[in-house]
Amino acid sequence: MASTPASASVFEYAPAPESRSVVDIAPSYGLFIDGEFTEAADGKVFKTVSPSTEEVLSEIAQAGEADVDRAAKAARRAFEKWSALPGSERAKYLFRIARIIQERSRELAVLETLDNGKPIKETRDTDLPLVAAHFFYYAGWADKLDHAGFGANPRPLGVAGQVIPWNFPLLMLAWKIAPALATGNTVVLKPAETTPLSALFFADICRQAGLPRGVVNILPGYGDSGAALVAHPDVNKVAFTGSTAVGKEIARTVAGTRKKVTLELGGKGANIVFDDAPIDQAVEGIVTGIFFNQGQVCCAGSRLLVQESIQDELLDSLKRRLSTLRLGDPLDKNTDIGAINSAEQLARITSLVEQGSAEGAERWSPECELPSSGYWFAPTLFTNVTQAHTIARDEIFGPVLSVLTFRTPDEAVAKANNTQYGLSAGIWTEKGSRILAVASKLRAGVIWSNTFNKFDPTSPFGGYKESGFGREGGRHGLEAYLDV
Amino acid sequence: MSEKSDKTEQQRLSVFKTYKLYVGGKFPRSESGRVYDVTDSKGKWLANAPLSSRKDARDAVVAARKAFGGWSGATAYNRGQVLYRVAEMLEGRREQFVREVADAEGLSKAKATVLVDATIDRWVWYAGWTDKIAQVVGGGNPVAGPFFNLSSPEPTGVVTVLAPQESSFLGLVSVLAPVIATGNTAVVIASEKSPLPALSLGEVLATSDVPGGVVNVLSGRTAEIATPLAAHQDVNAIDLAGADDVLAKELEIAAADNLKRVLRPQPVGEVDWSTTPGLDRMTAFLETKTVWHPTGALGASGSSY
Repeated sequence: MASTPASASVFEYAPAPESRSVVDIAPSYGLFIDGEFTEAADGKVFKTVSPSTEEVLSEIAQAGEADVDRAAKAARRAFEKWSALPGSERAKYLFRIARIIQERSRELAVLETLDNGKPIKETRDTDLPLVAAHFFYYAGWADKLDHAGFGANPRPLGVAGQVIPWNFPLLMLAWKIAPALATGNTVVLKPAETTPLSALFFADICRQAGLPRGVVNILPGYGDSGAALVAHPDVNKVAFTGSTAVGKEIARTVAGTRKKVTLELGGKGANIVFDDAPIDQAVEGIVTGIFFNQGQVCCAGSRLLVQESIQDELLDSLKRRLSTLRLGDPLDKNTDIGAINSAEQLARITSLVEQGSAEGAERWSPECELPSSGYWFAPTLFTNVTQAHTIARDEIFGPVLSVLTFRTPDEAVAKANNTQYGLSAGIWTEKGSRILAVASKLRAGVIWSNTFNKFDPTSPFGGYKESGFGREGGRHGLEAYLDV
Repeated sequence: MSEKSDKTEQQRLSVFKTYKLYVGGKFPRSESGRVYDVTDSKGKWLANAPLSSRKDARDAVVAARKAFGGWSGATAYNRGQVLYRVAEMLEGRREQFVREVADAEGLSKAKATVLVDATIDRWVWYAGWTDKIAQVVGGGNPVAGPFFNLSSPEPTGVVTVLAPQESSFLGLVSVLAPVIATGNTAVVIASEKSPLPALSLGEVLATSDVPGGVVNVLSGRTAEIATPLAAHQDVNAIDLAGADDVLAKELEIAAADNLKRVLRPQPVGEVDWSTTPGLDRMTAFLETKTVWHPTGALGASGSSY
């Protein structure tokens, strides 16, 4: 929208691109198994593209079943020594990794923005600081597990098979790998097929840190590689972040085994605005809730529940704010809204939005010029939405907000809980007792009151109901990787 | 004199008990009208127990869901008081349970007494946990920003419990008490061959201030009752303690359909109900809710107070 007349008449922003030269992407990458980069056994490769330009960034080896087997066995071999290390030694490896991430954070932020399409403002100020913080946090746990509340000398599980999504590639890697290593497990991790690069750079960081061979293995690939990993007999622990449909498939796959599972799945978070809320702050929170990372966030506040009496005032204010969002080059430091991660995801968003219109909801977007190449979707608002509408029930995973109204707090709670999901929710009100009462009634794992989309390594994250089970982050996050 | 009274004892015809289900605070028969023979360890007939149907299972879920709001919303102190009251009632019925457990498990009176005492003590142990578990597994998180951040455990909802098949009373209480102590409500499937202690426990619960529907006890074929419950969309979790490996796998697959929390059976040989439990049977059916709020610290965050 930087180029629309409306915003141009107020402020003209000069381009402020972050330099690409800090990152050197090789033309091809292998799988990272047992401390070495290697080709796939069947020689398969796939291309990863920049979603904002469709430029091919690199060609990546694609893991097949044989590679999964090789990686799982490498992790199994490495487990004995790694788990026998004193916790204080494991801690130092993790501290090293955290420091190297901090040192290379500009490079990694640019890389992530290129491969994922999200604004540099987010990778630089949110993703990368949280990645380093996560490794720092769990590094400190490695030699303090006796005091974590799981009894004396809690044991690791073995090999952790981890499958992560494309929306926060390096951050999700950190959420998975940091607690797994701190507790003495070894890891085989499969990054998403559209965002494999930061995980491969992380492999290099593991080498720089001197991490023993086989402790971390990275297997880029598609869903079939992930399925093979989950099913592999050498895998003792499965950690997955992604869609609810795949999460259910994983739960079926591990049935009857002794594999421990944590699933962090979809959401349809309600952001509830009461009539006494500070409107300007609420508007900022609504924008953060649904347009952060182009709405490709499992805990997004994708359903706005606004008290009927302030609907007009709030929506006017929200629309004014949306008109100032700047969509475009993700590497530009002024960009608010970047590219959608893939053509496939763009198609899914487009189809759900068309369904929203077809079912009778009223669609609105600010004037917005989309770049001619790449995958883009304008910030979108639906009003006149009922609970029966598909856009109020299905996770869209895009910059699309459905607005519903309520009259009483009880109605707000009932509508917020009327979903198969239970990951996040937001509450906006100046009344403290109302925050606490509503928070206690919401069936969701993370409640942001008078704020939204805040994350921290010390804060447990995870869902109720079909948003999955287990928690990541904090002391709670250790349990998933310990035999307790 | 003593001879005469002995004779009277012998001549007196005892009153049998009709064992019934315990659902929604009431004692219905199976809607199917079916019963099955329950025998002691030597094959002697003890009673006709209700052979529950799928419909009974669904009715029990409705009762458990209805009770969830009140029970999970009660204060932890109140839940502790109610559960302690259960132990008091159990103590009063000690002789009856010793007889039922001895019959069910083929034990001497002395051995059955040890089990029943352990069971009552187990109930007391869990009654004391209701207002402590949140402090042990929850707490404040020191986030790197101007936010108050608190994690608290909450009950997951309606839990289906497959009671252990062999330990008809101590095993039963060891799996049931942790589920309800934290505010969940339960649908319990009693040991298939030894359901009588479980059905009698229903009578204890009914007279212990436990709200109707918090615990629902079904007897019958474990697989027949558990299968619809594992697939039930309004059940949040399932404890497979009483399932063999084959059934446990089937039920876990069915449970994936709405991502129930699943507690798998302990491997054969690792089951010892007499040891003091840890927290795991409670935490298995708890969710962690984390609530954030700005603290109003001034600074670059832009928030203020």
